[in-house]
Amino acid sequence: MCQVDEEYNSPLEHKSLPAVSKKCMKCKEGTAVLIIRVGDAFCRSCFKEYFIHKFRAMLGKNRVIFPGEKVLLAVSGGPASSCMLAQVQEGLSRDAPKKLRFMPGIIYIDEGGVCGQNAEEREKAVVQLESIFRMTGFPYHIVPLEQVFTLPESVLEPVYSREQPGSSYKAAVDQHIRTEVTRGHGEPAVEETQDAVGRLSLQASTYKPEHKLALEGLFSSLKTLTAKQDMLQILRHHLILHTARINGYSKVMIGDSCTRLAIKLLTNISLGRGAALAADTAFSDSRYGDVVMVRPMRDYSSKEIGFYNRLFEVQSVFIPGLDTKTADKASIQRLTESFVVKLQADFPSTVSTVYRTSEKLHTACPPQSSTTEAAAKCLLCLCALDTKAGKLQH
Amino acid sequence: MPIQCSSCAKKRAVLRRPKTGYSLCKSCFFWAFEEEIHQTIVSAQLFNRGETVGIGASGGKDSTVLAHVLKVLNERYDYGLKLLLLSVDEGITGYRDDSLETVKRNQQQYDLPLTIVSYEELYGWTMDAIVKQVGLKNNCTFCGVFRRQALDRGAMMLNVDKICTGHNADDVAETVLMNVLRGDIARLHRCTAISTTSDGEGAIPRCKPLKYAYEKEIVLYAYFKKLDYFSTECVYSPNAYRGHARTFLKDLEAVRPSAIMDIIHSGENLSVKEGVKMPVQGTCSRCGYISSQALCKSCVLLEGLNRGLPKLGIGKHHRLHDKILTQQALTQQEEKKLKAMDF
Ligand SMILES: [Zn+2]
Ligand SMILES: [Zn+2]
Ligand SMILES: [Zn+2]
Repeated sequence: MCQVDEEYNSPLEHKSLPAVSKKCMKCKEGTAVLIIRVGDAFCRSCFKEYFIHKFRAMLGKNRVIFPGEKVLLAVSGGPASSCMLAQVQEGLSRDAPKKLRFMPGIIYIDEGGVCGQNAEEREKAVVQLESIFRMTGFPYHIVPLEQVFTLPESVLEPVYSREQPGSSYKAAVDQHIRTEVTRGHGEPAVEETQDAVGRLSLQASTYKPEHKLALEGLFSSLKTLTAKQDMLQILRHHLILHTARINGYSKVMIGDSCTRLAIKLLTNISLGRGAALAADTAFSDSRYGDVVMVRPMRDYSSKEIGFYNRLFEVQSVFIPGLDTKTADKASIQRLTESFVVKLQADFPSTVSTVYRTSEKLHTACPPQSSTTEAAAKCLLCLCALDTKAGKLQH
Repeated sequence: MPIQCSSCAKKRAVLRRPKTGYSLCKSCFFWAFEEEIHQTIVSAQLFNRGETVGIGASGGKDSTVLAHVLKVLNERYDYGLKLLLLSVDEGITGYRDDSLETVKRNQQQYDLPLTIVSYEELYGWTMDAIVKQVGLKNNCTFCGVFRRQALDRGAMMLNVDKICTGHNADDVAETVLMNVLRGDIARLHRCTAISTTSDGEGAIPRCKPLKYAYEKEIVLYAYFKKLDYFSTECVYSPNAYRGHARTFLKDLEAVRPSAIMDIIHSGENLSVKEGVKMPVQGTCSRCGYISSQALCKSCVLLEGLNRGLPKLGIGKHHRLHDKILTQQALTQQEEKKLKAMDF
């Protein structure tokens, strides 16, 4: 039937050809090297300034990362998470007071075991990444996905700390400054980092053959690529979460760009995860209780990140994923990605519109409340259950 | 070797249900399809005994199947409803005149009273005449707004308690996707509701009994029941953006048939942050129809048509509503802006 029985006001902004302007819109002097959006032309140095500022602004606005806090950066080798790593490096190298003051570590989950890579290829990817990680001087953790079978069951339970760090950002900052003053120097991060690197280089990225088999068995029992991708994402989060817990990281940074988040939002709607949408796409996600996931790259489009990485030589490593070289319609995730990318090409406001939708949504599972019954949570993703078996809703 | 029906295990299966993938015989499919709609009606408490229910009938497959199934269920489960058909004549040559012939036959076939209200008698404009003035770009906006109100007005004339429309699961899922793509949080919040209750005057409660019925199954049902319906698309093509959402939904369904239900489930479980501005519903000061503005959309569109300023209702011109209400003249600049239509 004709579906137009709701009025829609403004016709969508269609792609218009950008007017070629030669000068940077910010400094009005430098020659523009790129145009992010229609009309926004930047020269190289203004673009860098703008890009770096956005990262700090995102952290500053949300005030969830405390000075001195241990933060685990989830790096997949892809452009967005590699860029996030570069932003953290850049932020830590700055002079006070603009300096970032948390203590980063890196985690890479080696998913080669389910993405069709052999041992050699996996090793090669790890070597490449390690050379990037070493240059940062940050401690790093290379964790093969097979290790998911060594996790304690408790990873599936949210942990609530008694103190509420969210309650006083300012107190945490004051505390940090006092500690630094009594120590008499301002470089605790570096000192501890070097220790940690020494410790961590001993931790080999190994897995047992039986776990390799178990993982292969698990994934071959999943009949569709959609389910495999879903499962991989859940297991990856469990491993990151566990690594964060045993190493004392209280925050995890995930490099989702706004393009990625728009795709994720639409994917999750198509997978029936509407109730968990806010938790899955918000800036900070505290469903696990003691470890909070944050997404500081969520204001950048994948195009901006691509420009930045190219202009400022941020290295990334291509590692094939589950859906690399698959057809557009191989899975719900893959299909949604190609749909969003194509629509974005015709309607440049698509990604930002979808992404803004995520900001207006409410988390169905209220975080940081231990009163919520444990039974009402999904065992795998730890979101509030949205199933009323046998009863239609509405 | 013929496949047996997986439900009765007696007869030969003639189809695979798109929704579940089960192979069924004809009568088991009919039963399953009708029972699911019955479950929807019962669990959402869509009707009360003794009510008069107007079925929005366009002559297309959805409303034809809806009329048929409601009649069947009303008898089978003794809902005690008085059913009638309500059609809108938009005045589209080669489309609505033909489909109305179908509705007139349905009236005979199902033995249900039929009332037709036309745009021409309600608004003084047929869609053909509107298209002549506004072109093919925004014509669907006019049609959608006018149809919504026309159904209400027809229903009021007939003292109908509830209107039900043939929106199916695909339509609802597609609307969820559309509203996400447009960032329309208010509609996203509302669009999966199976029924709307009217708080203000001027609108009659509406419901969608086919909300969980797949379009593919509606087609199969109509085909195997040999229902008489009209299957031509509207001659004034719908907007391209919705077309993208529709194609995407069909592709999703091909990858995973449950995607349609999953999207509806997502929509039902979304919760909107407090503090996000939602429009407040009031009533139109000219016609009394529900509206979040001083003038309802329909009155604004009509005013635009009558003044030869078709852009008045397209886009945001709320500032001008006061001027229209008090019948002030528009400035030349305002007129110019509203006149030009891109075809
Ligand atoms: Zn879950
Ligand atoms: Zn059967
Ligand atoms: Zn009105």
